[in-house]
Amino acid sequence: MEVPILKQGQFLIATIQAALSDADLVQLRTALVRQVVRFRSLGVIVDVTAMDVVDSFASRTLLEISRMIRLRGADTVIVGIQPEVAFAMVQLGLTLEDIPTALDLEEGLAYLQQKFTTTD
Amino acid sequence: MQNAKGSREAISPSSYPADLARNEPTSELLSELVAHLRQNRTLLREGWVTSITEARLLTAMTQEEIFAEATSVYDSYVAALETGTFEALQAYARNLSERIIPRGVETHEVVGIVLLLRDVLARSLFAKYQADFEKLNRILDAYEPAANRIANTVAVGFVQERERVIRQQQEAIRELSTPVLQVRERLLILPIIGVIDPQRARQLTEQLLRGIRTNRAKVVVIDITGVAAMDASVANHLVQTVEASRLLGATVIVTGLSPEIAQTLVTIGVDLGKMNTVGDLQGGIEQAERLLGYKVVPSN
Repeated sequence: MEVPILKQGQFLIATIQAALSDADLVQLRTALVRQVVRFRSLGVIVDVTAMDVVDSFASRTLLEISRMIRLRGADTVIVGIQPEVAFAMVQLGLTLEDIPTALDLEEGLAYLQQKFTTTD
Repeated sequence: MQNAKGSREAISPSSYPADLARNEPTSELLSELVAHLRQNRTLLREGWVTSITEARLLTAMTQEEIFAEATSVYDSYVAALETGTFEALQAYARNLSERIIPRGVETHEVVGIVLLLRDVLARSLFAKYQADFEKLNRILDAYEPAANRIANTVAVGFVQERERVIRQQQEAIRELSTPVLQVRERLLILPIIGVIDPQRARQLTEQLLRGIRTNRAKVVVIDITGVAAMDASVANHLVQTVEASRLLGATVIVTGLSPEIAQTLVTIGVDLGKMNTVGDLQGGIEQAERLLGYKVVPSN
Protein backbone atom coordinates (compact mmCIF):
# COMPACT_ATOMS: atom_id res chain seq x y z
CA MET A 1 0.00 0.00 0.00
CA GLU A 2 1.41 3.32 -1.08
CA VAL A 3 1.53 6.14 1.44
CA PRO A 4 0.10 9.40 0.10
CA ILE A 5 2.41 12.40 0.38
CA LEU A 6 0.68 15.77 0.53
CA LYS A 7 2.25 19.16 0.04
CA GLN A 8 1.10 21.70 2.61
CA GLY A 9 2.78 25.06 2.12
CA GLN A 10 6.46 24.64 2.77
CA PHE A 11 6.02 21.21 4.26
CA LEU A 12 5.33 17.67 3.12
CA ILE A 13 2.95 15.45 5.03
CA ALA A 14 3.03 11.67 4.75
CA THR A 15 0.15 10.00 6.55
CA ILE A 16 0.51 6.28 7.10
CA GLN A 17 -3.01 4.88 7.02
CA ALA A 18 -2.56 1.20 7.76
CA ALA A 19 0.04 -1.27 8.86
CA LEU A 20 2.90 -1.17 6.39
CA SER A 21 5.06 -3.94 5.03
CA ASP A 22 8.83 -3.45 4.98
CA ALA A 23 8.69 -2.85 1.23
CA ASP A 24 6.08 -0.12 1.71
CA LEU A 25 8.32 1.59 4.24
CA VAL A 26 11.27 1.53 1.88
CA GLN A 27 9.03 2.89 -0.85
CA LEU A 28 7.92 5.71 1.48
CA ARG A 29 11.53 6.52 2.25
CA THR A 30 12.48 6.71 -1.42
CA ALA A 31 9.46 8.83 -2.31
CA LEU A 32 10.00 11.30 0.54
CA VAL A 33 13.69 11.74 -0.12
CA ARG A 34 12.95 12.36 -3.76
CA GLN A 35 10.05 14.75 -3.31
CA VAL A 36 11.48 16.91 -0.55
CA VAL A 37 13.76 18.72 -2.97
CA ARG A 38 11.34 18.60 -5.87
CA PHE A 39 8.83 20.63 -3.85
CA ARG A 40 11.59 22.68 -2.19
CA SER A 41 10.12 21.75 1.20
CA LEU A 42 11.62 22.89 4.49
CA GLY A 43 10.15 20.15 6.59
CA VAL A 44 8.54 16.71 6.43
CA ILE A 45 5.92 15.32 8.79
CA VAL A 46 5.43 11.57 9.01
CA ASP A 47 2.15 10.76 10.72
CA VAL A 48 2.19 7.27 12.26
CA THR A 49 -1.14 7.48 14.16
CA ALA A 50 -2.46 4.39 12.39
CA MET A 51 0.54 2.22 13.23
CA ASP A 52 -0.23 -0.27 15.99
CA VAL A 53 3.24 -1.74 15.91
CA VAL A 54 6.56 -0.03 15.32
CA ASP A 55 9.19 -2.74 15.06
CA SER A 56 12.93 -2.39 14.71
CA PHE A 57 12.80 -2.20 10.92
CA ALA A 58 10.13 0.51 10.96
CA SER A 59 12.04 2.40 13.62
CA ARG A 60 15.28 2.19 11.67
CA THR A 61 13.57 3.28 8.47
CA LEU A 62 12.10 6.31 10.25
CA LEU A 63 15.60 7.18 11.48
CA GLU A 64 16.98 6.78 7.95
CA ILE A 65 14.22 8.95 6.51
CA SER A 66 15.09 11.66 9.02
CA ARG A 67 18.82 11.51 8.30
CA MET A 68 18.46 11.35 4.51
CA ILE A 69 16.06 14.29 4.53
CA ARG A 70 18.50 16.22 6.70
CA LEU A 71 21.13 15.66 3.99
CA ARG A 72 18.63 16.96 1.47
CA GLY A 73 18.29 20.12 3.53
CA ALA A 74 15.02 19.68 5.42
CA ASP A 75 13.78 18.61 8.87
CA THR A 76 11.59 15.66 9.78
CA VAL A 77 9.03 15.36 12.56
CA ILE A 78 7.37 12.08 13.52
CA VAL A 79 3.85 12.61 14.87
CA GLY A 80 1.04 10.52 16.31
CA ILE A 81 2.90 7.73 18.09
CA GLN A 82 0.34 5.98 20.31
CA PRO A 83 1.10 5.75 24.05
CA GLU A 84 1.19 1.94 24.03
CA VAL A 85 3.37 1.93 20.94
CA ALA A 86 5.73 4.47 22.52
CA PHE A 87 6.12 2.32 25.62
CA ALA A 88 6.66 -0.84 23.62
CA MET A 89 9.25 0.94 21.51
CA VAL A 90 11.35 2.15 24.42
CA GLN A 91 11.24 -1.30 25.95
CA LEU A 92 12.74 -2.61 22.75
CA GLY A 93 15.31 0.19 22.89
CA LEU A 94 13.88 1.96 19.84
CA THR A 95 13.91 5.58 20.92
CA LEU A 96 14.22 7.40 17.55
CA GLU A 97 17.02 9.28 19.21
CA ASP A 98 17.56 12.54 17.34
CA ILE A 99 14.25 12.86 15.51
CA PRO A 100 11.87 15.51 16.79
CA THR A 101 8.48 14.07 17.72
CA ALA A 102 5.08 15.64 18.31
CA LEU A 103 1.72 14.54 19.62
CA ASP A 104 -0.23 14.86 16.39
CA LEU A 105 -0.26 16.52 12.99
CA GLU A 106 -1.31 19.88 14.40
CA GLU A 107 1.54 19.89 16.90
CA GLY A 108 3.98 18.78 14.25
CA LEU A 109 2.99 21.64 11.95
CA ALA A 110 3.19 24.10 14.84
CA TYR A 111 6.68 22.81 15.66
CA LEU A 112 7.95 23.27 12.10
CA GLN A 113 6.26 26.63 11.67
CA GLN A 114 7.78 27.93 14.87
CA LYS A 115 11.18 26.60 13.90
CA PHE A 116 11.17 28.30 10.51
CA THR A 117 9.72 31.59 11.70
CA THR A 118 12.31 31.99 14.46
CA THR A 119 15.25 31.15 12.19
CA ASP A 120 14.08 33.49 9.45
CA MET B 1 -26.38 -29.68 50.08
CA GLN B 2 -28.78 -32.49 49.42
CA ASN B 3 -26.11 -34.40 47.59
CA ALA B 4 -23.56 -34.00 50.32
CA LYS B 5 -25.98 -35.23 52.92
CA GLY B 6 -27.13 -38.07 50.76
CA SER B 7 -23.63 -39.28 50.19
CA ARG B 8 -22.85 -39.14 53.88
CA GLU B 9 -25.83 -41.40 54.58
CA ALA B 10 -24.79 -43.68 51.80
CA ILE B 11 -21.25 -43.99 53.09
CA SER B 12 -21.88 -44.51 56.80
CA PRO B 13 -23.45 -48.00 56.58
CA SER B 14 -20.44 -49.43 54.82
CA SER B 15 -17.85 -47.76 57.00
CA TYR B 16 -19.29 -49.00 60.30
CA PRO B 17 -20.35 -52.41 61.56
CA ALA B 18 -23.79 -53.41 60.41
CA ASP B 19 -25.36 -53.44 63.88
CA LEU B 20 -24.55 -49.76 64.35
CA ALA B 21 -25.86 -48.73 60.96
CA ARG B 22 -29.32 -50.25 61.36
CA ASN B 23 -30.33 -47.49 63.80
CA GLU B 24 -31.77 -44.01 63.16
CA PRO B 25 -30.59 -42.19 60.00
CA THR B 26 -28.24 -39.28 60.39
CA SER B 27 -30.96 -36.65 60.11
CA GLU B 28 -32.78 -38.00 63.15
CA LEU B 29 -29.58 -38.10 65.15
CA LEU B 30 -28.90 -34.54 64.08
CA SER B 31 -32.31 -33.34 65.21
CA GLU B 32 -31.76 -35.04 68.56
CA LEU B 33 -28.42 -33.30 68.71
CA VAL B 34 -29.95 -29.95 67.82
CA ALA B 35 -32.59 -30.38 70.51
CA HIS B 36 -29.84 -31.05 73.04
CA LEU B 37 -27.91 -27.97 71.92
CA ARG B 38 -31.03 -25.80 72.12
CA GLN B 39 -31.83 -27.05 75.61
CA ASN B 40 -28.40 -26.31 76.97
CA ARG B 41 -27.92 -23.13 75.00
CA THR B 42 -27.15 -20.83 77.92
CA LEU B 43 -24.75 -23.20 79.60
CA LEU B 44 -22.84 -24.20 76.47
CA ARG B 45 -22.61 -20.66 75.22
CA GLU B 46 -21.17 -19.50 78.50
CA GLY B 47 -18.72 -22.38 78.50
CA TRP B 48 -17.64 -21.36 75.04
CA VAL B 49 -17.19 -17.70 75.94
CA THR B 50 -15.14 -18.72 78.96
CA SER B 51 -12.84 -20.86 76.87
CA ILE B 52 -12.48 -18.05 74.32
CA THR B 53 -11.39 -15.74 77.12
CA GLU B 54 -9.06 -18.33 78.58
CA ALA B 55 -7.44 -18.93 75.20
CA ARG B 56 -6.95 -15.15 74.89
CA LEU B 57 -8.70 -14.98 71.56
CA LEU B 58 -10.57 -11.93 70.25
CA THR B 59 -8.62 -9.62 72.54
CA ALA B 60 -9.59 -6.70 70.32
CA MET B 61 -13.20 -7.05 71.43
CA THR B 62 -14.87 -6.34 74.78
CA GLN B 63 -16.40 -9.11 76.89
CA GLU B 64 -19.93 -7.94 76.05
CA GLU B 65 -19.20 -7.90 72.33
CA ILE B 66 -17.74 -11.38 72.49
CA PHE B 67 -20.81 -12.59 74.32
CA ALA B 68 -23.20 -11.00 71.82
CA GLU B 69 -21.31 -12.36 68.83
CA ALA B 70 -20.96 -15.75 70.49
CA THR B 71 -24.73 -15.90 70.90
CA SER B 72 -25.33 -15.18 67.21
CA VAL B 73 -22.62 -17.57 66.12
CA TYR B 74 -23.99 -20.27 68.40
CA ASP B 75 -27.51 -19.86 67.00
CA SER B 76 -26.35 -19.85 63.38
CA TYR B 77 -24.19 -22.86 64.17
CA VAL B 78 -27.12 -24.81 65.55
CA ALA B 79 -29.31 -23.66 62.66
CA ALA B 80 -26.71 -24.89 60.17
CA LEU B 81 -26.58 -28.26 61.95
CA GLU B 82 -30.36 -28.46 61.89
CA THR B 83 -31.02 -27.49 58.29
CA GLY B 84 -27.84 -28.84 56.76
CA THR B 85 -27.64 -25.66 54.66
CA PHE B 86 -24.76 -23.29 55.03
CA GLU B 87 -25.87 -20.23 53.09
CA ALA B 88 -27.22 -18.41 56.15
CA LEU B 89 -24.09 -19.24 58.13
CA GLN B 90 -21.90 -18.19 55.24
CA ALA B 91 -23.70 -14.85 54.99
CA TYR B 92 -23.42 -14.38 58.73
CA ALA B 93 -19.70 -15.26 58.64
CA ARG B 94 -19.14 -12.71 55.90
CA ASN B 95 -21.08 -10.09 57.76
CA LEU B 96 -19.23 -10.83 61.00
CA SER B 97 -15.89 -10.69 59.18
CA GLU B 98 -16.81 -7.33 57.69
CA ARG B 99 -17.37 -5.98 61.19
CA ILE B 100 -14.38 -7.49 62.94
CA ILE B 101 -11.67 -7.22 60.28
CA PRO B 102 -11.29 -3.45 60.78
CA ARG B 103 -10.85 -4.15 64.51
CA GLY B 104 -7.76 -6.20 63.77
CA VAL B 105 -9.13 -9.66 64.43
CA GLU B 106 -6.78 -12.26 62.96
CA THR B 107 -7.52 -15.40 60.99
CA HIS B 108 -6.19 -17.71 63.70
CA GLU B 109 -8.61 -16.17 66.19
CA VAL B 110 -11.65 -16.77 64.04
CA VAL B 111 -10.60 -20.33 63.24
CA GLY B 112 -9.72 -20.77 66.92
CA ILE B 113 -13.10 -19.78 68.27
CA VAL B 114 -15.00 -21.97 65.83
CA LEU B 115 -12.83 -24.95 66.75
CA LEU B 116 -13.35 -24.15 70.42
CA LEU B 117 -17.11 -24.17 69.91
CA ARG B 118 -16.82 -27.50 68.15
CA ASP B 119 -14.88 -28.90 71.11
CA VAL B 120 -17.21 -27.44 73.73
CA LEU B 121 -20.19 -29.02 71.99
CA ALA B 122 -18.38 -32.33 71.53
CA ARG B 123 -17.60 -32.42 75.25
CA SER B 124 -21.21 -31.83 76.14
CA LEU B 125 -22.13 -34.71 73.87
CA PHE B 126 -19.60 -36.94 75.64
CA ALA B 127 -21.07 -35.94 78.96
CA LYS B 128 -24.62 -36.60 77.86
CA TYR B 129 -24.08 -39.94 76.14
CA GLN B 130 -21.18 -41.40 78.06
CA ALA B 131 -23.40 -44.14 79.43
CA ASP B 132 -24.41 -45.28 75.94
CA PHE B 133 -21.21 -45.66 74.01
CA GLU B 134 -22.81 -46.85 70.77
CA LYS B 135 -25.18 -43.97 70.67
CA LEU B 136 -22.36 -41.54 71.39
CA ASN B 137 -20.50 -42.98 68.45
CA ARG B 138 -23.39 -42.51 66.10
CA ILE B 139 -24.08 -39.00 67.35
CA LEU B 140 -20.45 -38.09 66.78
CA ASP B 141 -20.60 -39.62 63.31
CA ALA B 142 -23.43 -37.29 62.51
CA TYR B 143 -21.97 -34.31 64.34
CA GLU B 144 -18.34 -34.31 63.26
CA PRO B 145 -18.68 -33.95 59.47
CA ALA B 146 -21.26 -31.19 59.91
CA ALA B 147 -19.13 -29.40 62.52
CA ASN B 148 -16.05 -29.63 60.33
CA ARG B 149 -17.95 -28.20 57.43
CA ILE B 150 -19.16 -25.33 59.57
CA ALA B 151 -15.62 -24.58 60.72
CA ASN B 152 -14.50 -24.68 57.12
CA THR B 153 -17.31 -22.41 55.95
CA VAL B 154 -16.63 -19.79 58.60
CA ALA B 155 -12.85 -19.81 58.04
CA VAL B 156 -13.19 -19.58 54.28
CA GLY B 157 -15.76 -16.81 54.62
CA PHE B 158 -13.42 -14.85 56.85
CA VAL B 159 -10.42 -15.26 54.59
CA GLN B 160 -12.43 -14.36 51.50
CA GLU B 161 -13.74 -11.23 53.15
CA ARG B 162 -10.23 -10.31 54.19
CA GLU B 163 -8.92 -10.80 50.68
CA ARG B 164 -11.75 -8.69 49.32
CA VAL B 165 -10.84 -5.89 51.75
CA ILE B 166 -7.17 -6.15 50.76
CA ARG B 167 -8.00 -6.03 47.07
CA GLN B 168 -10.24 -3.05 47.60
CA GLN B 169 -7.54 -1.21 49.52
CA GLN B 170 -4.91 -2.02 46.91
CA GLU B 171 -7.20 -0.62 44.28
CA ALA B 172 -7.79 2.54 46.31
CA ILE B 173 -4.09 3.04 46.98
CA ARG B 174 -3.30 2.50 43.34
CA GLU B 175 -5.78 5.14 42.27
CA LEU B 176 -4.73 7.59 44.92
CA SER B 177 -1.06 7.17 44.36
CA THR B 178 -0.71 8.32 40.77
CA PRO B 179 -2.37 11.63 40.09
CA VAL B 180 -1.45 13.31 36.82
CA LEU B 181 -2.20 17.00 37.33
CA GLN B 182 -2.36 19.83 34.90
CA VAL B 183 -0.92 23.02 36.42
CA ARG B 184 -0.95 25.11 33.27
CA GLU B 185 -2.06 24.73 29.71
CA ARG B 186 0.20 22.00 28.26
CA LEU B 187 2.09 21.48 31.53
CA LEU B 188 1.51 18.38 33.68
CA ILE B 189 2.98 17.44 37.00
CA LEU B 190 3.26 13.90 38.28
CA PRO B 191 4.13 13.84 41.98
CA ILE B 192 5.28 10.39 43.06
CA ILE B 193 5.16 9.50 46.73
CA GLY B 194 6.15 6.27 48.41
CA VAL B 195 7.65 3.07 47.18
CA ILE B 196 7.77 2.37 43.46
CA ASP B 197 7.56 -1.28 42.60
CA PRO B 198 7.68 -2.52 39.00
CA GLN B 199 3.90 -2.84 38.84
CA ARG B 200 3.35 0.70 40.07
CA ALA B 201 6.07 2.02 37.79
CA ARG B 202 4.28 0.50 34.85
CA GLN B 203 1.00 1.96 35.90
CA LEU B 204 2.58 5.38 36.39
CA THR B 205 3.92 5.27 32.87
CA GLU B 206 0.59 4.27 31.40
CA GLN B 207 -1.23 7.03 33.24
CA LEU B 208 1.36 9.62 32.29
CA LEU B 209 1.33 8.70 28.59
CA ARG B 210 -2.45 8.76 28.57
CA GLY B 211 -2.39 12.09 30.42
CA ILE B 212 -0.01 13.58 27.87
CA ARG B 213 -2.39 12.63 25.10
CA THR B 214 -5.61 13.81 26.70
CA ASN B 215 -4.18 17.07 28.02
CA ARG B 216 -2.03 17.64 24.93
CA ALA B 217 0.90 18.30 27.23
CA LYS B 218 4.23 19.55 25.96
CA VAL B 219 6.12 19.51 29.22
CA VAL B 220 5.83 17.11 32.16
CA VAL B 221 7.43 17.58 35.56
CA ILE B 222 7.90 14.29 37.44
CA ASP B 223 8.55 15.06 41.09
CA ILE B 224 10.12 12.24 43.08
CA THR B 225 10.80 14.16 46.31
CA GLY B 226 8.57 11.65 48.12
CA VAL B 227 10.43 8.60 46.86
CA ALA B 228 12.85 7.30 49.45
CA ALA B 229 14.65 4.67 47.43
CA MET B 230 14.99 3.48 43.90
CA ASP B 231 16.56 0.35 42.47
CA ALA B 232 18.03 -0.27 39.06
CA SER B 233 14.89 -1.67 37.46
CA VAL B 234 12.76 1.24 38.61
CA ALA B 235 15.40 3.74 37.50
CA ASN B 236 15.49 2.12 34.08
CA HIS B 237 11.74 2.27 33.97
CA LEU B 238 11.93 5.99 34.73
CA VAL B 239 14.35 6.48 31.85
CA GLN B 240 11.99 4.54 29.59
CA THR B 241 9.07 6.69 30.70
CA VAL B 242 11.04 9.80 29.80
CA GLU B 243 11.85 8.39 26.38
CA ALA B 244 8.29 7.24 25.71
CA SER B 245 7.02 10.70 26.67
CA ARG B 246 9.42 12.22 24.20
CA LEU B 247 8.03 9.98 21.46
CA LEU B 248 4.67 11.59 22.19
CA GLY B 249 6.29 14.99 21.78
CA ALA B 250 6.54 15.92 25.45
CA THR B 251 9.65 17.02 27.33
CA VAL B 252 10.10 15.52 30.79
CA ILE B 253 11.76 17.28 33.70
CA VAL B 254 12.56 15.15 36.74
CA THR B 255 12.76 17.00 40.05
CA GLY B 256 13.52 16.23 43.67
CA LEU B 257 16.07 13.44 43.37
CA SER B 258 17.22 12.86 46.93
CA PRO B 259 20.95 12.63 47.71
CA GLU B 260 20.52 8.91 48.42
CA ILE B 261 18.86 8.25 45.08
CA ALA B 262 21.45 10.34 43.25
CA GLN B 263 24.20 8.29 44.88
CA THR B 264 22.48 4.99 44.16
CA LEU B 265 21.87 5.84 40.53
CA VAL B 266 25.45 6.87 39.92
CA THR B 267 26.80 3.87 41.79
CA ILE B 268 24.71 1.33 39.90
CA GLY B 269 25.51 3.14 36.68
CA VAL B 270 22.04 3.95 35.36
CA ASP B 271 22.36 6.22 32.36
CA LEU B 272 20.48 9.36 33.23
CA GLY B 273 22.18 11.43 30.58
CA LYS B 274 19.00 11.76 28.58
CA MET B 275 17.08 12.99 31.56
CA ASN B 276 16.48 16.61 32.30
CA THR B 277 16.78 17.00 36.08
CA VAL B 278 16.18 20.02 38.30
CA GLY B 279 16.75 20.23 42.06
CA ASP B 280 13.26 20.89 43.35
CA LEU B 281 9.68 21.03 42.14
CA GLN B 282 9.66 24.83 42.07
CA GLY B 283 12.72 24.93 39.84
CA GLY B 284 11.19 22.27 37.62
CA ILE B 285 7.97 24.21 37.15
CA GLU B 286 9.93 27.39 36.46
CA GLN B 287 11.97 25.67 33.80
CA ALA B 288 8.83 24.15 32.30
CA GLU B 289 7.25 27.61 32.12
CA ARG B 290 10.33 28.92 30.33
CA LEU B 291 10.11 26.07 27.83
CA LEU B 292 6.45 26.84 27.22
CA GLY B 293 7.12 30.57 26.90
CA TYR B 294 5.31 31.64 30.06
CA LYS B 295 6.65 34.56 31.99
CA VAL B 296 5.47 34.88 35.57
CA VAL B 297 5.81 38.39 37.01
CA PRO B 298 4.53 39.85 40.29
CA SER B 299 1.49 42.06 39.71
CA ASN B 300 2.70 45.16 41.59
